[in-house]
Amino acid sequence: MADEPLIHARGLVKRFPARGRRGTEFTAVDGIDVDVYPGESFGFLGPNGAGKSSTMRMIGCVSPPSGGTLRILGMDPLRDGPRIRARLGVCPQQDSLDPELTVAENLTVYAGYFGIPRSVAKARAAELLEFVQLSERATDQVEPLSGGMKRRLTIARALVNEPDLVLLDEPTTGLDPQARHLVWERLFRLKQRGVTLVLTTHYMDEAEQLCDRLVVMDGGRIVAEGSPRSLIAEHSTREVLELRFANDSLDALAGKLAGIGERIEVLPDRILVYTDDGDDAAGEVHRRALAPTSVLVRRSTLEDVFLKLTGRTLVD
Amino acid sequence: MSIYVARSPWPVFYHRWRLYLNTWRGTVFSSFLLPVMFLLGLGVSVGSYVDDRVLGMPYANFIAPGVLASTAFQVAINEAAWPVLGGFKWVRTYHAMRASPLRPVDMAVGEILWIWLRAGTSAAGFLVVLTLFGIVRSPVALLTVPAVLLLAVASCTPVLAYSASIRTDNWFSFLFRFAVIPMTLFAGVFFPVEQLPLVPRWVAYASPLWHGVELCRAATLGTPTAIGWLGHAAYLALWAVVGYLLAAHRFTRRLTD
Ligand SMILES: Nc1ncnc2c1ncn2[C@@H]1O[C@H](COP(=O)(O)OP(=O)(O)OP(=O)(O)O)[C@@H](O)[C@H]1O
Ligand SMILES: [Mg+2]
Repeated sequence: MADEPLIHARGLVKRFPARGRRGTEFTAVDGIDVDVYPGESFGFLGPNGAGKSSTMRMIGCVSPPSGGTLRILGMDPLRDGPRIRARLGVCPQQDSLDPELTVAENLTVYAGYFGIPRSVAKARAAELLEFVQLSERATDQVEPLSGGMKRRLTIARALVNEPDLVLLDEPTTGLDPQARHLVWERLFRLKQRGVTLVLTTHYMDEAEQLCDRLVVMDGGRIVAEGSPRSLIAEHSTREVLELRFANDSLDALAGKLAGIGERIEVLPDRILVYTDDGDDAAGEVHRRALAPTSVLVRRSTLEDVFLKLTGRTLVD
Repeated sequence: MSIYVARSPWPVFYHRWRLYLNTWRGTVFSSFLLPVMFLLGLGVSVGSYVDDRVLGMPYANFIAPGVLASTAFQVAINEAAWPVLGGFKWVRTYHAMRASPLRPVDMAVGEILWIWLRAGTSAAGFLVVLTLFGIVRSPVALLTVPAVLLLAVASCTPVLAYSASIRTDNWFSFLFRFAVIPMTLFAGVFFPVEQLPLVPRWVAYASPLWHGVELCRAATLGTPTAIGWLGHAAYLALWAVVGYLLAAHRFTRRLTD
């Protein structure tokens, strides 16, 4: 029983009908296979328009699949939508808090949608506000809260029905670094408690910190799957040498770097040299008298995996 | 087509009730005091030019049930307009509800229940005032309340469908200019529709408001209705059923992509 996946998708497709008379049908999710098991923290990593939200809405049983099979909590989303949604917690990409209600009421009124009795809802709201560190704001209006606070409130709201599966669509997009860290820390706590998390992100550091396992999505397809570490080991080198030059014809310089490291990527503002020994490669650059304005040796990240697999950067 | 299978619209109703607690003061003016002032003002001013024998009663008495019905009509339409579009577009309340076991039909039914409360209480309050002024004398006038509920559901459901279909609130000015205001002016609230030329008279006959006004007038003043109360009620019920099916369909479409 414990081994049965909470999410099981095979060849899952989402097509949107053509808009207007001359529009064409659009395939946002193009045949993906996904299994998420209890207690896992699973991520969809991909750039804008990769199809992450479209996938999440199908998993959340608010958007019917156009093809393939999908089972959530062992049930069929088309037939058992309300029963499945009763056991999901959803933190949507687009804010849907009620600005005319107080912070606590946003939780208790929402709990009502799940048929949770008022007294239970109140107790749970107090607990959850404590958890997301918003207790002092319980009776305040939602409107003046900062972006990070609103996001934490939305996360608390997603937990009000004690869900078996929590769906977080870009939980930290648009937040400043400090607010992001606070959200990560709370999500990490949830993960430690054994809550099954599914999140989407286009931040590779977020994926690395929070996901046990992830898929990299691009153009509606899955281009790689694994743990953050195994993905890096499989698709990138141990280290990366980042070089910046005063000269702007980076393509010409790349030619002069040939033979250093295993692979070279030219970005608009810098050149990346993939190598298992960054310092050694940097020494070679100096020996060739190429005079970069800045030299940085760092570890490979999921960003590098994405660049290798798609030829593009995640965040532009 | 979604036929309603009882689940629970009450959390949706409760959400509206909770928001109403923040704003009820404003609505007491717009849906109660204003119509009362309207009735008194018109009853006294226009009433002094109208010979009681023309209508068989003082002008204020004639328009009282009409103003009652058209107030409930306005309340129902307003409640089904901006707050509903906002729930899809600005506040995104329905999208939040969508993540719970609630279905789009539950949301539509929750809104109808809420609109019933608003229209029903505004009618009841108005009825008390009419009793105090001696315009209403018989307990039969209590039948105004079910008549108003029928009028409210007949007129709010098509608007719920409309609000669930539009993308911007510019479309509401269209709705008000070409439907709500003409109905209020010509559906027998201020003068008998028999005085209208043929075409607008048939427009009045087609509108749910005229049927509601006929029912309310019959209940408060004991006047005979044009096609019998059963006929008026059946016509309103038809609007309600068609409107409900449209609203359920549009809510579901808007919340399923
Ligand atoms: N309701 C819709 N109708 C038509 N096209 C849609 C609809 N929703 C999404 N799309 C399109 O599908 C593609 C994938 O969108 P989706 O929102 O799933 O991407 P995403 O990975 O979540 O991106 P982001 O990082 O911007 O949130 C986009 O090109 C988008 O324009
Ligand atoms: Mg998205």
